[in-house]
Amino acid sequence: MSDRSAMSDRSHLRLVVLGVLIVSLVATLSARLFYLQLVVGDEYAAQAASNTTREVVTPAVRGLILDQRGRPLVANRTSLVVSVDSAVLAREDDDGDAVLGRLAEALGVARSTIEQKLMPCGSEGAPPLPVCWDGSPYQPVPVAKDVDTETALTIMERRADFPGVTAQLEAVREYPGPFDANLAHVLGYVGPVTQEKIDAQGGSTDPARLRARDLVGRNGLEAQYDGELRGIPGITTLAVDQVGRVTGTVAESEAVAGNFVVTTVDAHLQSVVEAAIADSVERAREAGEIADTGAAVVIDVSNGAVLAMASYPTYDPQLWVGGISTRDYERLLADRALSSTVTQGTYAPGSTFKAVTTVAAAREGYDLNGTYPCPADYQVGSQLFRNFESSGFGPITLARALEVSCNTVFYRIADEIWLKGGGLFAPVGAPDPIAETAASFRLGEQTGIDLPNEAAGLVSGRDEKLLVWEQRRETWCADAKEGFSDLRKENLTLALYYTALAKENCLDGFRWRNGDAINASIGQGDTSITPLQLAMTYAAIANGGTVYQPQVAKAVLSSRGEVVQEFSAVVRSTVAAPEGTFDFLRTALATVTTEGTGRVPFEGFPLDQIPIASKTGSAQVFSDNSTTAWFASFAPADDPKYAVVMMVTRGGTGSVTVGPAVRTIYDAIFGVVDGVVIPEQSVFIGGAPSQTLPMVRPDGTPVVPDGPLAQRPTSVSSTIRGPSP
Amino acid sequence: MSAPESAAQRRFLGARQTGRQSYLHRLDWWLLAAALILSVGSSVFVWSASRSDLAGDDPQYFLNRHLVNIAIALILAFIVSRLDYRLLRAYAPIFYALAIIGILLVYTPLGATIAGARAWIQLPGGFTIQPSEFAKVAIILILAVVLAEKRDAEAEPRDRDVALALGLAAIPIGLVLLQNDTGTVFIMCTIVVTMVAVSGARTRWVTGLLVGGITAAVVAWQLGFVKDYQIARLTSFVNPEEVASTAAYNANQARIAIGGGGLWGRGLFEGPQTQGNFVPVNESDFIFTVIGEEAGFVGAAITILLLSILLWRGMRIALGATELYGRLVASGVVAWLAFQSFENIGMNLGIMPITGVPLPFVSYGGTSMFASWIALGLLENVRIHQQQS
Repeated sequence: MSDRSAMSDRSHLRLVVLGVLIVSLVATLSARLFYLQLVVGDEYAAQAASNTTREVVTPAVRGLILDQRGRPLVANRTSLVVSVDSAVLAREDDDGDAVLGRLAEALGVARSTIEQKLMPCGSEGAPPLPVCWDGSPYQPVPVAKDVDTETALTIMERRADFPGVTAQLEAVREYPGPFDANLAHVLGYVGPVTQEKIDAQGGSTDPARLRARDLVGRNGLEAQYDGELRGIPGITTLAVDQVGRVTGTVAESEAVAGNFVVTTVDAHLQSVVEAAIADSVERAREAGEIADTGAAVVIDVSNGAVLAMASYPTYDPQLWVGGISTRDYERLLADRALSSTVTQGTYAPGSTFKAVTTVAAAREGYDLNGTYPCPADYQVGSQLFRNFESSGFGPITLARALEVSCNTVFYRIADEIWLKGGGLFAPVGAPDPIAETAASFRLGEQTGIDLPNEAAGLVSGRDEKLLVWEQRRETWCADAKEGFSDLRKENLTLALYYTALAKENCLDGFRWRNGDAINASIGQGDTSITPLQLAMTYAAIANGGTVYQPQVAKAVLSSRGEVVQEFSAVVRSTVAAPEGTFDFLRTALATVTTEGTGRVPFEGFPLDQIPIASKTGSAQVFSDNSTTAWFASFAPADDPKYAVVMMVTRGGTGSVTVGPAVRTIYDAIFGVVDGVVIPEQSVFIGGAPSQTLPMVRPDGTPVVPDGPLAQRPTSVSSTIRGPSP
Repeated sequence: MSAPESAAQRRFLGARQTGRQSYLHRLDWWLLAAALILSVGSSVFVWSASRSDLAGDDPQYFLNRHLVNIAIALILAFIVSRLDYRLLRAYAPIFYALAIIGILLVYTPLGATIAGARAWIQLPGGFTIQPSEFAKVAIILILAVVLAEKRDAEAEPRDRDVALALGLAAIPIGLVLLQNDTGTVFIMCTIVVTMVAVSGARTRWVTGLLVGGITAAVVAWQLGFVKDYQIARLTSFVNPEEVASTAAYNANQARIAIGGGGLWGRGLFEGPQTQGNFVPVNESDFIFTVIGEEAGFVGAAITILLLSILLWRGMRIALGATELYGRLVASGVVAWLAFQSFENIGMNLGIMPITGVPLPFVSYGGTSMFASWIALGLLENVRIHQQQS
């Protein structure tokens, strides 16, 4: 230890300092290690996962939509689609201006057409939704479909002239249109998935999840059954190293083609119904009516299946393939062609509602076989309620009242029921039998049909009026106070009238007056329903009071033909009514066709073999002083199978405008030719809707029955052969 | 240094009368065990990291070479630990001269540039050695001799001795700096500062060296002496998300690998970053990412713990040394291993600049492995000597 003293304390101290320094270095490393691996480790693990694998997605073939016999209503074909990647364009010196110019020229379209499709929805100057781009902002936007091969090759070969522009074969929807059936509103259309929908999935790793560039159903059956139709894309997960070299296959899954949706619609009947509604509109317009929209629907009364459904005007679903243009979209919007009149339009049902009032009367104890006075008008206080379609008939039976559509008979009944229910000062919750009966037919709520965006409609009644008053009282009271000062200078009388009206509404607008009840009894006032709701109501009357949920899809089949799901009839409610009520209605409504307002259109129809129950309606629309022409019916009246409802807005009377068109539908259903029933001539193969499901061959092609299967003229691109979609 | 079986050494080994029993008894077993576990344990991670590097060839090529390197390194350590103290002192100038020549050889056609640093000598048969690793040993030995000279009379080294020591250290450091091997320069500088400090030199020397070193680094930076790629490597840890440069890419991938390891790791051969070769040179400089990814926090923490045990034992040897020479050798070795481990693990964890320094006892690479074990041999030598006296 002789050297020990030689070593200075300073040396020792400095060694200790070194030791402390080393301890702090070790502590630093440990803390950092702890943070990286145990605090934020998950984040890095996720990064490592995305670092080392790449997914190759093989899109699944979207399922077909078939009619009840297996005829394809929606199929697939390949099309050359030109897409533009906005992100690449933005990197050009002139923001891609020159590229767009060249592209427009090559495609032979106006450059504004391309520019509008590229605009993200909600950006300044962007066109409305279906035209503007609401797909993922990171994805190329399709700007032209069915491009001819030559143009596509030009674009792909002159890469320098067209940066960010691609042309490739893509699977697009095709509408074979058997029997020229259009069915646009029922089928819907597909469009690019929105970024919100992708985001909403969170970090899902489900192979069936939505990816940018995916097409999804945006309306109609395409949207309703999107999950079934879409299928599962094939995913090949490749392991890659740091320079992107594929080092192996981690996982592989085959694409599963989307399922087929078999509808209850019969394409042949559908084409007849579409022609019939067009015919109604035509006839109304020839008679000087505006006849802007129309609807027709055929229901199987035994299960609520929709056999045909048409809205007028309609559009060519092909317009949506590869993105709709602004011009097309604006035209469709102006024509009101985009919404389905059958399920989304609500209208006053007019006299067709009397069938419901009749059931209410029966439930209130009125003798259905009794005699009731039918004067020309009915006095309530200072107001005079007139017959619209008839003058006075004297004392008549209730059946006769339906036959000639005598309003005053129903006015009296409604007035009496109103008084019995408590009259003007009825307490809240007092009985309101007509509204209650309408509710038991499930009017005023969605029918639950398997199509999106259905309207609910409204049933006028005591509760409904209170509800409206609660919502609008403040406006009314404010108006009464303000007194329509603007209008005063121009038209003092009208201003005073409006003020008085507003004051009355403000004070006791919640009161359900007998005038309201009288209007409601004949389907006027606030009551508004969809054509589909009326069809389901008449189907319920026909089948003895069972209200079914209308159904468009009959079954879901796999692409190899196995039954995935079969939809059975759904009963929504059963309308309670005294014994014989529905028999009475069936007989009474049949006489409407033989002797009443439905007689003229069915002249020469073999009603003795096929009795048809019907009710016409010409509902007044006070806002534009027009009438909605209705024709509600079912047949055969003695053994009901089908309910047919057709209507034309601003269309004149039901009997004149719509009746003849409904007759052509019955002709087609029962095979009536020149007044003779020839069952083989029925549009239904075998004379009735199919009871079985169509067959699909193992290769995915449906077995289609013999007979005319009209194909639309094929487009240029469908001749291009490419990889099967 | 690669020819330890010189006649002089063989004679000395033979001449030693110390029994085998007493040699084993005097060894610091903690130190040896920690280093042995690190080296042998590291081989599975070297294997995992390098398996796919020679796809189609022998996947165990690097593993086998690593094991051979460890075996050679153990023999070197054994020899160094048994060298006589006086001989070590006497031959220090020779080792020093050999190291300088080795570094200079890099500039001859034998030299090779790897990863931007011209710091390698290409030997026949595909072998490369890095003379700067051995230069660290030479610096420690020569500085210990100079700074511990004439210590009987004075309490602290004379300024002349310190100046001489710094002058001797500056030659190899300057040469290595010319090779763009900034990592090694940093380690060498820490060794020098540590040894000067522990020698008991006046405080002005220590502060002067610290201030001078930092100033030199800043000035070099400002004057653009440091080439762009060096700056990129040094600063990539500040902005790792900016994957523009390769260095930033390295830092980012290393952190993804370690971060993804979690508590228990992905399992041997199961680390996606390792197996996909996302982290460069992950069998040598970035071996810690392999441990972190495949053995998780547990494996990485054990590695740090073993290194800490090693440094703790080294520290004990330095503190317990009976004479300044031994203490200086031990503290030089401790500083070397400590700062090199910190620099290496720190760059793996993204808190230190990326410089090409290997992790002692762990990284693949013959020169580094030999140098690490020679350093261990020196520590054992000091320990044996201190127990003899």
